Amino acid sequence: MKIRFDKLGVVIALVAACGVFSSFAVLKPNRILQGQAQSILDALPSGMGWGLLLVLVMAGTAAVLRMTAWAKLIAAAAALLVLVLAMGYAATFLTPSGNSYARVSPASGFWLLLFAFALLAADAMTRLRPPPWMRILFLVIAAFGIGGVLMSGSWNGLSIMKEYSGRADVFWTEAGRHVMLALGSLAAAVAVGLPLGIFCHRFTALKDAVLNTLNLIQTIPSIALFGLLIGPLAWFAATVPGAANIGIRGIGAAPAFVALFLYSLLPVVANTVIGLAGVPREANDAARGIGMTDRQRLFDVELPLALPVILTGIRIVLVQNIGLATIAALIGGGGFGVFVFQGIGQTAMDLVLLGAVPTVAMAFAAAVVLDASIEMNFRVQNGARSA
Amino acid sequence: MRAWLPTALRGLLLLALLAFLVSPESFEPLLKPLVQQDAPAIYNHGSLLSLTLQHLRTVFIATAAATIIAIGLAILVTRPIGAEFLPLSRSLVNIGQTFPPVAVLALAVPAVGFGEKPTLIALFLYGLLPIFENTLTALTNLPRSVMEAARGAGMTGFQRLFQVELPLSLPVIVAGIRLSVVINLSTATIGSTVAAKTLGEVIIAGLQSNNLAFILQGGLIVGALAILIYDSLSGVEKLLTRRVGRR
Amino acid sequence: MIEIDAITKTYDEIAVVDDVSMVIEPRTITVVVGTSGSGKTTLLRMINRLVEPTSGEIRLDGDDNRSMPAHELRRRIGYAIQGHGLFPHRTVAQNIATVPRLLGWEKPRMDAKVAELLTLFQLEPEIFGPRYPHQLSGGQQQRVGVARALAAEPNVLLMDEPFGALDPIIRAKAQDDLLAIQKHFGTTIVLVTHDMNEAFHLANKIAVMDKGKVVQYGPPVELVRAPTTDFVKTLIGDAERPFRLLSVANAAAAVEPGEAEGEPIQEDRSQQDALAALLWSGRDALPVVSVGGKPIGRIKLSTLLKRAARLQ
Ligand SMILES: Nc1ncnc2c1ncn2[C@@H]1O[C@H](COP(=O)(O)OP(=O)(O)OP(=O)(O)O)[C@@H](O)[C@H]1O
Ligand SMILES: [Mg+2]
Repeated sequence: MKIRFDKLGVVIALVAACGVFSSFAVLKPNRILQGQAQSILDALPSGMGWGLLLVLVMAGTAAVLRMTAWAKLIAAAAALLVLVLAMGYAATFLTPSGNSYARVSPASGFWLLLFAFALLAADAMTRLRPPPWMRILFLVIAAFGIGGVLMSGSWNGLSIMKEYSGRADVFWTEAGRHVMLALGSLAAAVAVGLPLGIFCHRFTALKDAVLNTLNLIQTIPSIALFGLLIGPLAWFAATVPGAANIGIRGIGAAPAFVALFLYSLLPVVANTVIGLAGVPREANDAARGIGMTDRQRLFDVELPLALPVILTGIRIVLVQNIGLATIAALIGGGGFGVFVFQGIGQTAMDLVLLGAVPTVAMAFAAAVVLDASIEMNFRVQNGARSA
Repeated sequence: MRAWLPTALRGLLLLALLAFLVSPESFEPLLKPLVQQDAPAIYNHGSLLSLTLQHLRTVFIATAAATIIAIGLAILVTRPIGAEFLPLSRSLVNIGQTFPPVAVLALAVPAVGFGEKPTLIALFLYGLLPIFENTLTALTNLPRSVMEAARGAGMTGFQRLFQVELPLSLPVIVAGIRLSVVINLSTATIGSTVAAKTLGEVIIAGLQSNNLAFILQGGLIVGALAILIYDSLSGVEKLLTRRVGRR
Repeated sequence: MIEIDAITKTYDEIAVVDDVSMVIEPRTITVVVGTSGSGKTTLLRMINRLVEPTSGEIRLDGDDNRSMPAHELRRRIGYAIQGHGLFPHRTVAQNIATVPRLLGWEKPRMDAKVAELLTLFQLEPEIFGPRYPHQLSGGQQQRVGVARALAAEPNVLLMDEPFGALDPIIRAKAQDDLLAIQKHFGTTIVLVTHDMNEAFHLANKIAVMDKGKVVQYGPPVELVRAPTTDFVKTLIGDAERPFRLLSVANAAAAVEPGEAEGEPIQEDRSQQDALAALLWSGRDALPVVSVGGKPIGRIKLSTLLKRAARLQ
């Protein structure tokens, strides 16, 4: 029997090999200074180091050989789990006892390995083509896995967790703000954008004007738009009685919220218009033919048929908002951006990570969930047709 | 009279932009009401013109690199050798879009330091996605009969790629580049948070000193650039579309 | 000469072309007919190796078609497909010159060829040469597609439902053009069609395919007189048989000396046309003239009736 290689697996194995030979962790005298790079065998007690290498080689072999996608997925998951646990252990192992300033962070080798096996997992998932509910299940399992590792305290020795433990309260407040900014502005954009889109669909004369205006707003860079809204909102807070009491101020979350809302409008309105325009003529004619009123036609025929496209718009907005909300920190709007910009200011990269990693995770989870729901919706509609 | 109006408006916008960049002082009276008594109304820590040029340069370098790599990758995964990578590359593009620009920017700093480099990296990554996606869509949706005919006429793989596939895909690829440039023009402003010399500097200075005029001029210059570049690339795209006789 | 030798193509264990052998004589038109999915296109595409056979061999003038790189083989074989597949980003002239350009012809020779072919297909070279495909009508696009396939003067021309999308009038015109061109260049043509009238009009030999097999291969008359299977019989149609027989023979073959009244018929028209003229005008005989218009005799209704019968 001839052994057949998997081309992508070979690339993954090469990336992983680079990872193995680069430094696994850095030990820094404190949170800002440069540190000393440590290889896998230096960073872990020797038995454990060799054990980790063995697992990595096995998973790499699984990547290189042609195997079922399930086998690859399991190999990737195992490698990722072992990698993460080993990182936590390395932190405890490297930190000199009694030294509370020393910091251990993952180094390039760790990130490369993480990337390689995440790639393997992603490829296996792509090949498995799991149905939407299974993708959400995988997401939940991954979330629990990460949560479990963090709760177990095995990562507590790492620098990023030390940054966290110093500001656990602030972290969760900012997390709440971030979600509020991203989801709240989305909800507002849907509440306004959906009717506006329907309106544009019905009155085509308005369509170009509305879409052009929204397009213009998109060209203004986010930080400038955030800044420009400070003035009007300050004026609003000062002149409208009661506005200040409900939290509207020139600086802070209000301009960030309004800016995100304005950015969100275009995808929502445009996709509503595109979705409605894409409703098959026959469906509309049939609806008219059986005597539906305009209103019934809208709710029973047009909107359900346009839903996948509208949902796609909402997916774009949500993922984009989660990312853009980090910029709110620049104008005192809070969110995970606070840690990112503090970290940049103090050149403390672990603090940057503390802000960036949850943001990426949130955006990723949002994308998976919305993609799955779009697909479910699409399947329901085309259930009879698609295989 | 309707037909020339948009062109005239664009010409005016271009003229206004150039006038503002060459001689910002003459616009001072317009911006003065936006600032406190003694605060400057025109950015005074450097020339707006040279910042604009640097901004454009950063965006141009990043987008050019992204264009080359994205088109190359899309070609690779649509050839028989790279076919195994096609499904994964699609999901990677999807996943890549979930990385917020600020995060990419900040995470690039430890690797390459402050300044223009992390900005270039972030813009490059952001520029890749739309171009890759569009090129892939174009290359995988070419009319079947045309591809058949090309094969039937005895074109080699290279000849098919350069004489048929790429010319036919060009309008869609240009649309991807256009999207990239516009996104990157705006994202480049964030680069100033890691000390890149872009127009973001003006906006951030405005945020820090509570100077609305700074924010406005920084934002409007970027906006005007985006509109002008978007429009000219749309023009190129229309021209190409007509050339390939699709519409 | 194309020798197809025990050729088989399987997709997922299913033989879509199943052990087909046939010899196609040079300078003839062979028409492949059969129901949808019977493997006609696959068979055709194995000749120019757009599809690689699972087993078997195809020889062109004695040489295995795998003895040269596929793309060089394809440059020597014309290929015209349904939906023409013209390159939308190239002008009509550039489209036609595709293969000559790949072969590195000199520009004057290319230009002359393009002009010749456009003229042959009754498209004014100055007007149509610089146009883009989307500026042509469907019928014109189809003709340009065929012209492109002929540009490098291939010995062999493969055509897959080339006239499928044309209206009946343009279609008849295109068929006559094709016959004229085949005579002109002496090309060996293999053509796939669903239209039995087209098959009988064009074919020197017809191959009937059913479920991947060639169930009958022979001259049209043979198919009508001695269908080998019920499938062939159904395909030809019971009620059509006598007319099919008449349709494949020239009026000249039924001429006898003598004179007749009324409108004459040209000797190169089919006997079916002669019968139609007789029935329509209610005559017993009609005069026949040569292509030049000289009277050469007459055809009697009774002769045609005898010729249309199963046995002669
Ligand atoms: N690339 C392929 N992979 C799998 N099956 C194929 C492929 N190409 C053709 N087939 C199958 O082979 C059979 C014959 O196809 P082919 O195109 O030769 O039919 P055809 O006789 O030309 O039909 P039509 O008259 O509809 O054009 C069909 O059942 C088709 O589904
Ligand atoms: Mg066919």
